[in-house]
Amino acid sequence: MASIDASLAPASSRPKQPGFLLRLLSRPSALTGLLLLGLILMAAVAAPGLYPDDPLDMVAQPFLWPGADAAYPFGTDMLGRDIASGLFHGARISLLIGVVATVVSIVIGVGIGAGAGYYGGRIDAVLMRVTELFQTIPPFLFALAIVAILQPSIPSIVGAIGITAWPSLARLVRAEVLKLRHSDMVQASIALGGSDLRIIVLHILPNVLAPVIVTASVMVATAILTESSLAFLGLGDPNVVSWGGMVGAGREVLRTDWYVASIPGLAIVLAVLALNLLGDGLNDALNPRQRQR
Amino acid sequence: MRKVVVVQTFGYWGRRAAHMALVVIGIATINFFLLQLAPGDAVTVLAGEAGAATPEYLAALRQQFGLDQALPVQFAKYIGNILTFDLGHSFRHGMSVWRLIADRIPATFLLMGVSIGFAALIGSAFGVIAARYAGRAADTAISTLALLFYATPVFWIGLMLVVVFSVWLDWLPVGGMMKIEAGYTGFDHVMDVARHLVLPAVTLGLFFLAIYTRLMRAAMLEVYGQDFVRTAVAKGVRPHRVVLRHVLRNALLPGITMLGMQIGSILGGAVLVETVFSWPGLGRLAFEALFQRDLNLLLGILLCSSVIVVIVNLAVDLLYAWLDPRIELG
Repeated sequence: MASIDASLAPASSRPKQPGFLLRLLSRPSALTGLLLLGLILMAAVAAPGLYPDDPLDMVAQPFLWPGADAAYPFGTDMLGRDIASGLFHGARISLLIGVVATVVSIVIGVGIGAGAGYYGGRIDAVLMRVTELFQTIPPFLFALAIVAILQPSIPSIVGAIGITAWPSLARLVRAEVLKLRHSDMVQASIALGGSDLRIIVLHILPNVLAPVIVTASVMVATAILTESSLAFLGLGDPNVVSWGGMVGAGREVLRTDWYVASIPGLAIVLAVLALNLLGDGLNDALNPRQRQR
Repeated sequence: MRKVVVVQTFGYWGRRAAHMALVVIGIATINFFLLQLAPGDAVTVLAGEAGAATPEYLAALRQQFGLDQALPVQFAKYIGNILTFDLGHSFRHGMSVWRLIADRIPATFLLMGVSIGFAALIGSAFGVIAARYAGRAADTAISTLALLFYATPVFWIGLMLVVVFSVWLDWLPVGGMMKIEAGYTGFDHVMDVARHLVLPAVTLGLFFLAIYTRLMRAAMLEVYGQDFVRTAVAKGVRPHRVVLRHVLRNALLPGITMLGMQIGSILGGAVLVETVFSWPGLGRLAFEALFQRDLNLLLGILLCSSVIVVIVNLAVDLLYAWLDPRIELG
């Protein structure tokens, strides 16, 4: 069984490991994205070691400008909280929420897309209607309503972003599955008596992986943007520090101490930029033939 | 022949109306279950924090939503209310939700319209330039700029523009829609609103400018390679005329499709921009509703925004069929 499947799988659709990595690293955009992302990851990992105290605690005099005191390179905000500590700990929260929310979206989106594409007919019609409905509701307003109703906390924010971000992925997966549904490989598996679940998980999903990975990195970027926007509006988890929440707090002193809002915003830009660059690079490396865009 | 067309058009509009009704019922269903998820009795949730509402109001709400009845009955009642355009009453504002939303919609439409116009115009120009000089310095500069705009949170751009243009340079107002105390009329009033509109419109527009730049660049590159463009070049049509008449026209279609796809996120961006600039629109209303825990109002805004998305997509379809006669409404 396994040998038959392997020989039937289209060789080009699965990224070959060494070639793929080399292709990815040879693109300046992907390399920049990976480096930036590496920096942010390191900040997230180093946060508890470098700044063991709660970033929400007052540690120095308020309104210390960046550079004024070497112990606080990014200064302190109006409550005397260390901005550098907030940036490091905020990286953890942004990445955590971005990644987990994207996993939630992928589970929903791949499930619905694969189900609709594989079964077709009435199941497809119903699932696509649901997808259309979710696509019609403005995603940010939807997430905002969910978090407002459930009260802001990390699980409610993750859930809200996950539940609002999947429709485009479901459409993408459905389109890819439709292409594979009638391929010889899948038909052969059906003839050999493979169960639906087995065929979907073992034969179809691995071939859908490439576009899903590309979409996922952009989805993490969007999730980080959504999380920071929610936190900016006051819908962040009150017990943890968030870049968007820091910008929101800095807004109050924008006129005199604009750095309080500027610095955490730059962190958001870098994180989102890194993931978008990586997404572009992955797209180019995984689909070398659709390069001209 | 004419009869066939009429029947077809009727079928089209019938389907669109059915689709719209389905969307409204679907969103109402989602809203209903969201309210069920809220901690505490739905009535206290609807009324805001407990204690702020009078017992009579709570009783009226219970009666309106039939909360003393079984869940399916409650659900039927909720859907019934919404299908008759009764979105309920906002205790905080002492007005019907419908009235509040209708009051705020024009400001949001003005903001979104100007932003989209700005983004489409400048974005297309950038895209055309980038495609003309593909691979060269101008292209790299524009593409990098687009990537940066795409990655920058809307609310942060807004704050930074305020710091530069309102605080440091003092060129433009910090927020609001007009200088009420000045009592301008006529042309002065229009100029006053325009001055207040610049920063919010640019802020909301920058993200979509990035999208339009990338889209237009790709579309231009694609159309450039096609036979009719090569023919036009070969017969000696001047370059800018080729761009305007042959290439841009064909690149318009994906631009319009993009508008339909992005309208939902434009509405989401409007919440943030209106909050930053105190622009008195739907988004600002959503923020106020959020702040005051006026959930009924918030869900009403969610429903109306979704209906706006459906209507814009309908308009996009019609526009599409009008611009490209090969496409039939189906």
